[in-house]
Amino acid sequence: MNILVCIKQVPDTKIIKVNPKTNTLDRSSAPAILNPYDAHAVEEAVRLKEVHGGKVTVLSMGPPQAKAAIKKCIEIGADEGYLISDRRFAGADTLATSYALFKAIQKMMNEQGVDLVLCGKHAIDGDTGQTGPGIARRMEIPPLTNVIKVEKVDTVANEIVVHRKIENGYERIQSTLPCLLTVEKEINQVAYSPLPNMLRAARYNPIIWTVDDLDEVDIKQLGLKGSPTIVGKMWPPEKSKGAELIEGDVKKQATEIVALVLSKQELFEVKGGE
Amino acid sequence: MPEKFDVIVVGAGPAGTSCAYTCAKNGLNVLLIERGEFPGSKNVMGGILYRKQMEEVIPEFWKEAPLERPVIEQRFWFLDKESMVTTSYKDLEWGKEPCNNFTVLRAKFDKWFASKAVEQGATLINETVVTECIVDEEGKVIGVRTDRPDGDVYADVVVLCDGVNSLLAKKLGFHKEWKPEEVALTVMEVMKLPKKTINERFNVNDDQGVSIEIFGDATQGALGTGFLYTNKDSINIGVGTTLSGMIKKKMRPHHLLEYVKEHPMIQPYIEGAESLEYLAHLIPEGGYKAIPKLVGDGVIVAGDAAQLVNAIHREGSNMAMSSGKMAAETIMKAKELGEYTERVLDSYRTELYDSFIGKDLKKYKDTAHTFEEHPQYFEQYVPLMNRAMNTMFTVDGTAKWDKQKKIMKSFTEKRGKLGVAKDIYRAWRVVK
Ligand SMILES: Cc1cc2nc3c(=O)[nH]c(=O)nc-3n(C[C@H](O)[C@H](O)[C@H](O)COP(=O)(O)OP(=O)(O)OC[C@H]3O[C@@H](n4cnc5c(N)ncnc54)[C@H](O)[C@@H]3O)c2cc1C
Ligand SMILES: Cc1cc2nc3c(=O)[nH]c(=O)nc-3n(C[C@H](O)[C@H](O)[C@H](O)COP(=O)(O)OP(=O)(O)OC[C@H]3O[C@@H](n4cnc5c(N)ncnc54)[C@H](O)[C@@H]3O)c2cc1C
Repeated sequence: MNILVCIKQVPDTKIIKVNPKTNTLDRSSAPAILNPYDAHAVEEAVRLKEVHGGKVTVLSMGPPQAKAAIKKCIEIGADEGYLISDRRFAGADTLATSYALFKAIQKMMNEQGVDLVLCGKHAIDGDTGQTGPGIARRMEIPPLTNVIKVEKVDTVANEIVVHRKIENGYERIQSTLPCLLTVEKEINQVAYSPLPNMLRAARYNPIIWTVDDLDEVDIKQLGLKGSPTIVGKMWPPEKSKGAELIEGDVKKQATEIVALVLSKQELFEVKGGE
Repeated sequence: MPEKFDVIVVGAGPAGTSCAYTCAKNGLNVLLIERGEFPGSKNVMGGILYRKQMEEVIPEFWKEAPLERPVIEQRFWFLDKESMVTTSYKDLEWGKEPCNNFTVLRAKFDKWFASKAVEQGATLINETVVTECIVDEEGKVIGVRTDRPDGDVYADVVVLCDGVNSLLAKKLGFHKEWKPEEVALTVMEVMKLPKKTINERFNVNDDQGVSIEIFGDATQGALGTGFLYTNKDSINIGVGTTLSGMIKKKMRPHHLLEYVKEHPMIQPYIEGAESLEYLAHLIPEGGYKAIPKLVGDGVIVAGDAAQLVNAIHREGSNMAMSSGKMAAETIMKAKELGEYTERVLDSYRTELYDSFIGKDLKKYKDTAHTFEEHPQYFEQYVPLMNRAMNTMFTVDGTAKWDKQKKIMKSFTEKRGKLGVAKDIYRAWRVVK
C-alpha cells in the first residue's frame, strides 16, 4: 500500500509573538517545527505500512528550510520526502496550496500509485483545515476528516473503515480506497524514533521540485495570483481571564465549588465569609 | 545489524564538534551525538570565545561564524559595597581582523559550528542521550548505547565530550563524583538592551565589545567572580562561586545574581534591560589535580569532561576545542596503525600535558585551592583596597604622608605585619 502524507512546517505557535504594530506573526520569534497533527499522520502511515507493507512518502510545499520538517518525518519512519519549493508558490492560500500539492501528487502518481493520502486536521498557524479536503476534491477521492482511528484496511477489496470524531462521540465510516484522511491527535502517540531512523534522517536529502518539474501547471492558479482569499483584518485573540484556584482539602474544595456555582446562578448567597 | 562508524563523539559542544570536524575533514566516518534539541540549545558560557584555538580548527571562522562583538577592552572591577577600584586595558587593534577574542551566544554559535562539521561529512543526530559506553569482555570500549529503541551503535573509538558532569566517564570508572570545591556553580542572564544603549553605556561602537570581570562584593567575598559582557543587542551578566563557597556562606545562586544586578555600581549598566534567558551551569575548576584518566582502550575524554578549565583566566571553550582537535589527530594516527588500544591512544594524554593546556593548568594548580583556604584575599583585601583609595583621594586636609601611614596601618591591623607579608608571598607563589 502506497501512502502519501502532506506535511507542513509551521512556527511553534505555543511561543510565537505577535507584532503589536502590524498584528502579524513575528516568525523569527519561534522555531519552525513539523505541524504536530502531521507528525501523527506520518506515524499512522508508518504503522499502516508495518501491517500492510508498501511505502510511505511525504510531500510538503514550502521554503528550502522546510527540509528540516521532512527530515523529521524520516525520523518517524517515512521512506521518502519531496519538497516543492519555488518563488512562484509563495503567498498561496488554501486554494493555491491544494492545487500545487495536487499537481505534485499527480506527478508522483505517474511513477507509482497512491492508495491513501493523509493530512493533519489543520495546520497550527493557518488553522483552516481546508487543504486536505481541497486536495481530495481535486483528486476526486473521498475526504474523511477528523479521523481518530483507522479500524480496518482491506487492500484486496480496496476498503477502509475509520472513526471520525464528532461532537458527542464518533462516527464509524467505510470508504473505498484511495481516499484522503485528515487526522486528529488522538489517532496515535508518536513513538520515540529508533536510532537507525535517526541515522537515516541525518543523512537524508529530500527530493526538491520546482514548478518546472511539475506537468501541465496553470501558473495563474499558483501562489498569490491563485489565491482569492483576502485577509481583512488581523488581531491577536483576547487572553482568557485568569482562572480561579480553589485550594484546601477535597471536602473544602467541593463545598466552595458548589457554593460558587449556586451563587453564580443566584440560588445561594455567601454570607459572612462562611 | 547496528551500524559501525570509525569514530563516535558524544556531545556537540566546543570539544565534541572540534573533534568531529577534524575527523570528518580527514575522511573518517564520524557520528556526533547530542542530547539537546540542537547543538547549543542548552549550553551555557559567559561568552568569551578565543580566536586562536578556534582558528586552528576552522581558519578565518570570523568571516562566517555568528559572533557577537570582538572584545576591545577588558575591565576588572574590585568591588565593595559603594565603591570600586578598577583597572582596564583597551586596544583598538583587537577590533580589527583577526581580533583577539569575541563575545558569543552559545545557542547560535554551537549550532553553526556543528553545521560546519556536518558540511565536512560528519553525521549529527540530536535529541539523543548516550546512556553508557558499550564495553566488550576485554574492557575495550566498542560503541555507545543510546536511550532510543535499537539504540546501540558501534565505532573503533569513542570520544567523550559530554561536559562537566561526565556521567559516561564516571560510569567507566575514570573519575569519581566531583568534590564541592572542584566545581563552580554559575548563574547568568542574557538581557536585551538596544545596540545604541550598549554603545553609550560601555563607550564602544557597533563592532566593539567589552568584558568586565568583577571581584569582591559580586560574590559577597566568596571565591568566585561576576561578569558582564556585551553582545550585539544584549548583555550577559552572571556570577559564580565554588560550590563549597556557596555551601559555606549559605548562599543561593539566584539570590546572588539578584544581588549583583541590584548592586549600585552595576545596576546603571543594565537599567531597563529585559531578561531573555536565565541559565545555570557548573564549571569544572578542580584544575590540574582533578584531571581524570583521559584514555582507555577505544576511548578518549576531552573538554570539560576532562576538567580542562583554567578558572583564573576563564578559559574553557578554547581548551575544549584544542583537546577535541588533539583527540582527532590521535585517532588519525591510531587509524594508520590500525590499533585503538590505550597504549596507542595515550599519545593524546602526553600531547595534552605538553601543550598550553597542561602547562597552564599546572601553573595554577594550587591557586584556587589557596584562595579557598585563605578567604582573606576575596573577603578582606578588596574592601581594604577600596578604603585605601577612599583615604588617599578624599581631600580632607590630612597630609598625604599621614594618609599613607593610615592605609598601611589599616592593612596590618587587619592581617598583622607578618600576615600581610605572608599573604603577598603566598599569592605570588601560586600565580608565579
Ligand atoms: C492571502 C494569503 C497569503 C499567504 N501567504 C503565505 C506565504 O507567503 N507563506 C506561507 O507559508 N503561508 C502563507 N499563507 C498561509 C498558507 O498558505 C496556508 O497556511 C496554507 O494554505 C495552508 O492552510 P492552513 O495553514 O490553514 O492549513 P490547513 O488546511 O489547516 O492544513 C491541513 C493540512 O494540510 C496539509 N498542508 C497544509 N499546508 C501544507 C503545505 N504547505 N504543504 C504540505 N501540506 C500542507 C497538512 O497535512 C496540514 O495538516 C497565506 C495565506 C493567505 C490567506
Ligand atoms: C557561566 C559560564 C561562563 C563561562 N565563561 C566562559 C568564557 O567566557 N570563556 C570560555 O572559554 N569558557 C567559559 N566557560 C567554560 C566553557 O563554557 C566550557 O569550558 C566549554 O563549554 C566546554 O566545552 P565542552 O564541549 O567540553 O562541554 P559543553 O559545552 O558543556 O558541551 C557538552 C555537550 O554534550 C552534550 N551532552 C552531555 N551529556 C550527553 C549525553 N549523555 N549524550 C549526548 N549528549 C550529551 C551537552 O548537551 C552539550 O552539548 C564558562 C562556563 C560557564 C558555565
